[in-house]
Amino acid sequence: MKTTRVLAASLLAAVMSVTVASADEGTPHPPREKWSFAGIFGRFDQAQLQRGFQVYKEVCSSCHGMSLVRFRNLAEAGGPGFSAGQVKELAAQYKVKEQNDAGEDVDRPARAADAFPSPFPNEKAAAAANGGKAPPDFSVLAKARTYERGFPLFVIDALPFVGYSEQGVDYIHALLNGYEDPPAGKEIPTGTYYNKYYAGHLIAMPKPISDGQVTYAKNDKGEPVVPETTEQYSHDVAAFMAWAAEPHMMARKALGLRVILFLLVLSGLLYYVKKKIWAKVGGEVHGLQPELHKTY
Amino acid sequence: MSAHGNTYVPKSALAKWFESRLPLIGLVHSSFVSFPVPRNLNYFWTFGAILIAMLVSQIVTGIWLAMHYDPSAANAFNSVEHIMRDVNYGWLLRYMHANGASMFFVAVYVHIFRALYYGSYKAPREVLYILGVIIYLLMMATAFLGYTLPWGQMSFWGATVITSILGAIPVVGETIQSLLWGGYSVGSPTLNRFFSLHYLLPFMITGVVVLHVWALHVTGQNNPAGIPIKSGKDAVAFTPYATVKDVFASVVFFAFFAYWIFYQPNYLGHADNYVPANPAVTPAHIVPEWYFLPFYAILRAVPDKLGGVILMFSAVLILALAPWLDTSRVRSCNYRPIYRQFFWLFLVVCVLLGWLGAKPPEGGYVIAARICTAYYFLHFLLVMPLVGLFETPKALPGSILETVTGPGKQVSGSGMPIGAAAAPSSKG
Repeated sequence: MKTTRVLAASLLAAVMSVTVASADEGTPHPPREKWSFAGIFGRFDQAQLQRGFQVYKEVCSSCHGMSLVRFRNLAEAGGPGFSAGQVKELAAQYKVKEQNDAGEDVDRPARAADAFPSPFPNEKAAAAANGGKAPPDFSVLAKARTYERGFPLFVIDALPFVGYSEQGVDYIHALLNGYEDPPAGKEIPTGTYYNKYYAGHLIAMPKPISDGQVTYAKNDKGEPVVPETTEQYSHDVAAFMAWAAEPHMMARKALGLRVILFLLVLSGLLYYVKKKIWAKVGGEVHGLQPELHKTY
Repeated sequence: MSAHGNTYVPKSALAKWFESRLPLIGLVHSSFVSFPVPRNLNYFWTFGAILIAMLVSQIVTGIWLAMHYDPSAANAFNSVEHIMRDVNYGWLLRYMHANGASMFFVAVYVHIFRALYYGSYKAPREVLYILGVIIYLLMMATAFLGYTLPWGQMSFWGATVITSILGAIPVVGETIQSLLWGGYSVGSPTLNRFFSLHYLLPFMITGVVVLHVWALHVTGQNNPAGIPIKSGKDAVAFTPYATVKDVFASVVFFAFFAYWIFYQPNYLGHADNYVPANPAVTPAHIVPEWYFLPFYAILRAVPDKLGGVILMFSAVLILALAPWLDTSRVRSCNYRPIYRQFFWLFLVVCVLLGWLGAKPPEGGYVIAARICTAYYFLHFLLVMPLVGLFETPKALPGSILETVTGPGKQVSGSGMPIGAAAAPSSKG
């Protein structure tokens, strides 16, 4: 008995000693931000989604498509909450290609049912116009980015109430704020820019947004509601991207609460049914004439 | 199907008429109603029922997803997003199916380690157990095929890695590979046939599950004491006792399942799989789903490609040899003081292998993976045969009843009428 314990301990020690955590290659983890939509009771902040959409429309959309999102989504429940009229008006500002009866491609104003037209006709054109690499589409980008949390944090991230599933959004927020002067001696090839949070630090996207670039709607007294800073813009656009990637998130979380509560109540009731039935064991079971399986 | 006589007595004229032509109701009755269940089963024995529930859940959600999915390289990714965005409750179907695969494996791992701890693989349950290993293999194939369907980066590169290691098999490897690919690399034809096979395999699983339950019906269930049912006092009827326990446990498991669906739907997946497949860009780390990680660690622990493939498949297949590698006649680890410790050590090694499978194959991780791989096989090839020979097991209880009520105590009556149960072979 002792020998197996010694064996177990030495095996574990051997494994641990050779896997002393290899250091991260100098990319800091994005800071963890507060998001209204995080957690079990998380909900999107409508005003924030509207501001985020404004940032996307005025800044990001010149390079980044959002081809899986349709204009009508902007008016659907759990989203930015634009009215159907606003969406119709907005869509009409965009042109989409359509084939007419003569078989010619013609432009027509977009309708609510159309997807957001991409800024480039195709991926090759997008790559050619952007130094060889197409800017990624925004539709699911918030779910397509993450960063490694490592042990034991990744275990805690899965738990209710202390859980964490906004790594992608935090990364996007950090990236937009991560442009800084490169450390002395670091060579920056043409067409790349130094970003603290980008893997390898050399990103092809120039700093996309700066303080004061987007003018947000003012309140009744003509005062700004939120600061017009990169920090605020990046929060808003990251939240908007979270919605674009998961437009049914609020419906999902609301339904989840009901489903889990139902299952917990049901399991509680079943537990007592089970207890009551099992209390009969030791008594007589009537009407059964079972034969027993072979005993070995 | 039954090796035993029927206990079902049809009451109505119609039931009598039908039963004398096809004794189907009697078969179900003897398997799920009057079937004698050891009365000392713990909750680890509810995972069989949970697994059947998961299989049904996967098949039902899968059939619905297939109504909206497009298995072509050009449209697969977008059709999954179409399900997520535009299909009514499509997000629920897809998250149920994706997380359902993980939950299926959670349940199957509990089920497998339960069998290993309590010696459920030993005579007379070898065939029952090997059918289980076959189900596990089919599950792995199904899960792998399914993970390629969203056609994200991890789908594509996972398919590329796994199909290319099959190419390492001598003589037939390249043929298998090009048959799977349907071309010279992973592409749209690959996706098409993977979708077809992904739809086929679950029904094969269902078939083997029927055999698994059949074999269980013949040998009866093992139990925490690892001793057979000796009298009616040791058993209870499947219905209502096991039925209500299984339903309760399944509902608790589904609450756990629901947590992942609704609150961590992407935790068990990879962010990279939300990037559309791109043959020109290799992801930084190609990592399989968590349930394959121990085997992936074994594959990469071997410097030789073919050697890695052989070892990886052996790691699964060696499970099937457990009935003959284990020399101890005592089933349950509760009565095996030495082997019990090796069991827990083996479990720890499996978890460690899983962790190492997620790490890049470099430096200390490779060395650690090699140590763990070696131990994984030593457990089967050395520990199982030797400990059985040298270990002195604890005294086994006199009966299953004794483990529930304590030795020497009497209970009034029994779970089952004694006379009916005490002479089983006379009816078989």
